[in-house]
Amino acid sequence: MLDKKTSDQIVADLTSHIKLSMGFKVWMAFLSVSLLVCLYAYFLQLRDGMIVTGLGDYVSWGMYLANFVFFVATSLIGMLISAVLSLLNQKWAAPLARIAEIIALAFAAVAGLVIIMDMGHPERLLNVFIHGRIQSPIVWDVTVVTIYVLISALFLYIPLLPDLKICSEKLTNIPPFARKIYTLLSLNWSGTTEQKNLIKKSTGALSIFIIPVALAIHTVTSWLFANTSRAGWDSTIFGPYFVIGAFVAGTAAVVVAMFVFRKAFNLEEYITDFHFDKIGKLLVLVSLLYLYFNINEYMVPAYKMKHADAFHIQTLFTGSYAPLFWATQILGLILPIILLILKPMRKPLPLLIISIFVILGAWFKRYIIVVPTMEHPFLPVQNVPINFKVYSPTLIEIGVTIAPMIMAVLIITILSKVIPVIPIHETLEHRNEQEK
Amino acid sequence: MSEQSKKPNDKSRRDFLQNIGMAGVGTLLGGAAVWAGFNYDSKKTAKQRIKVLTAENKLVEIEKDAILDIEKSPAQQLTYLQQRGRDGLEGKRFVMVIDLSKCQNARKCMQACQEAHHLRPEQHHINVLKMQETATTQPYYMPKPCQHCDNPPCTAVCPVDATFKRQDGIVLIDNERCIGCRFCMAACPYSARLFHWQEPLFSEQDKDLVYDVEQNVPQRRGTISKCLFSADKLREGKQPSCVSACPNGVYYFGDENEDVVTNGTTKESFRFRKLLADNGGYTLMPELGTKPRVYYLPPKGKTSPFQEKDKEEAAEHFHG
Repeated sequence: MLDKKTSDQIVADLTSHIKLSMGFKVWMAFLSVSLLVCLYAYFLQLRDGMIVTGLGDYVSWGMYLANFVFFVATSLIGMLISAVLSLLNQKWAAPLARIAEIIALAFAAVAGLVIIMDMGHPERLLNVFIHGRIQSPIVWDVTVVTIYVLISALFLYIPLLPDLKICSEKLTNIPPFARKIYTLLSLNWSGTTEQKNLIKKSTGALSIFIIPVALAIHTVTSWLFANTSRAGWDSTIFGPYFVIGAFVAGTAAVVVAMFVFRKAFNLEEYITDFHFDKIGKLLVLVSLLYLYFNINEYMVPAYKMKHADAFHIQTLFTGSYAPLFWATQILGLILPIILLILKPMRKPLPLLIISIFVILGAWFKRYIIVVPTMEHPFLPVQNVPINFKVYSPTLIEIGVTIAPMIMAVLIITILSKVIPVIPIHETLEHRNEQEK
Repeated sequence: MSEQSKKPNDKSRRDFLQNIGMAGVGTLLGGAAVWAGFNYDSKKTAKQRIKVLTAENKLVEIEKDAILDIEKSPAQQLTYLQQRGRDGLEGKRFVMVIDLSKCQNARKCMQACQEAHHLRPEQHHINVLKMQETATTQPYYMPKPCQHCDNPPCTAVCPVDATFKRQDGIVLIDNERCIGCRFCMAACPYSARLFHWQEPLFSEQDKDLVYDVEQNVPQRRGTISKCLFSADKLREGKQPSCVSACPNGVYYFGDENEDVVTNGTTKESFRFRKLLADNGGYTLMPELGTKPRVYYLPPKGKTSPFQEKDKEEAAEHFHG
């Protein structure tokens, strides 16, 4: 289909969304107002202390931590789609690489804020650098998340250079200062063979380097739990279990972004049913792997039923957390796998609906990992008020949890309005190759 | 005659002058003596000497009025208390022994602790738990302070070294450094830590106090607090608040290096290792490898019965 289009048409198609449309303004206004409301909730927490949350001396980590894990998890998709699939020469994923990188950058950058919002003394954040102790997994986490944000930014930026040049040349309806910024950011890209090789080499190096860093951020995040001796966390498979779970959440997030961009930016010819079919299959693959890890994670302790583990497993399987546990496992994992095996379910709309369920399941799965374990420590919870025994998040807490989600969507929205979400340069090259 | 008569005159004038001189000297001497005498008493007190120990551990005598009070700013005092709190008491290895056969759930320990560390009624450095292992075994009361582990999981995970292990075995928290991430709470298998979710109980009264790491007062919102073995009292040679408050002789406290522990109620001293050996002493959850410094003697031959009203709560532990 693209063969019939001229280069200029393709460029026009792929840059058409870089403008401040009415829809964009309305959407931004909505996001900004919602963000302000949620930030007010955070202001209340700063003013009155963390008593405004549902946390207590036993469930001392709750929604915020679950949210943090979710954000780190989702950000891993940049590594899977842009690095791993391109190294495996999966050409179909190339048009989706930038969408994945935008999601990765937005979620990784915001993950840092999520964890700061969980701190009792956020103004003492610098202590982590002044008095940092190498033994603490938090110090490892801060280090690798920072590195991952930087690499993700580079990984987004370097392949973008030719497109920035195209933007500065072809976008005629934007103010002159904006064109100057595009020219400046394109770093004098002129499309010489030397420059092309340089981009190829640096992107290749980044694709390899980003893999261990991405694995590290989520493995270290899993160690925040696995490095304690608590029932439900004391597990040696937490690292890979979290990483695979991250791919599930991230792939579903990319599906949602693909669907929205395709509709909003008229990219039907560039993000086709073929791409949805392929990414649907990828979602099945990572979900099956995740199911395998889930079976390991719950079957092994459930077989032995050691004292503390037994109570944890009972709480999840038949106890107070059973509805949420089975909802995440069935609606967020097992049903999506079964449905996505059927080809019609990998069409854009059904895939979108399934992906939304997967994302919700992924978020609540992290809640299931964090909260029930804290409710059941080794020693009995006694002589404390009832709200210390059973955790229920407050409205303020929910607001503070939603704030970073809005921030991530804001970043994604803004990026999608200033850079082409489908790589133009690569699309053109790909077409030229096919013509030959 | 005149010459002769002059002589005595001369003589008498010399005598006179001599006498005056003598009197003058006498007066001077006397005056000086009186003056010295008057001064004697005041000098005696002013030059009072006292013995002091120098920084080099040398005993010296100095005049008391030579002592200068060094005015420390609150910031300097804080730094001093923080450093002292981290150094701990040299040569000591504090241990606690809790005799479960004597605990009657009087909760005087919890009360004394909450008073000493300015805590709310639901905030526990030490908590008396109702325990029962299986449906067939007897329930018992178990006071649970921080175990002051020799391999503490809490200090390992602290990203800023706010919680630390001292040479005398005590695990403390510096709430001037704590960032409030609560990783230590997640890591502690004994649920020994609490967090100030709201303004601490006495934050208004305590606001001018200089923070003492060894007492963890003033308590601070957004930071962790925990049992300190009353490190401030130990520095004064006293026993921890919970130990001395117990009416039932549950607690023994002492120094492992000296191999002596003293009962907080009866003040009787025992050989620490012998006490454990004779009574089947043990530690909580030794399989975790945390190496607690708090030892328990089993609830064998309890003199007082487990109260009927507490049985249900105790049974929850084994989920029976």
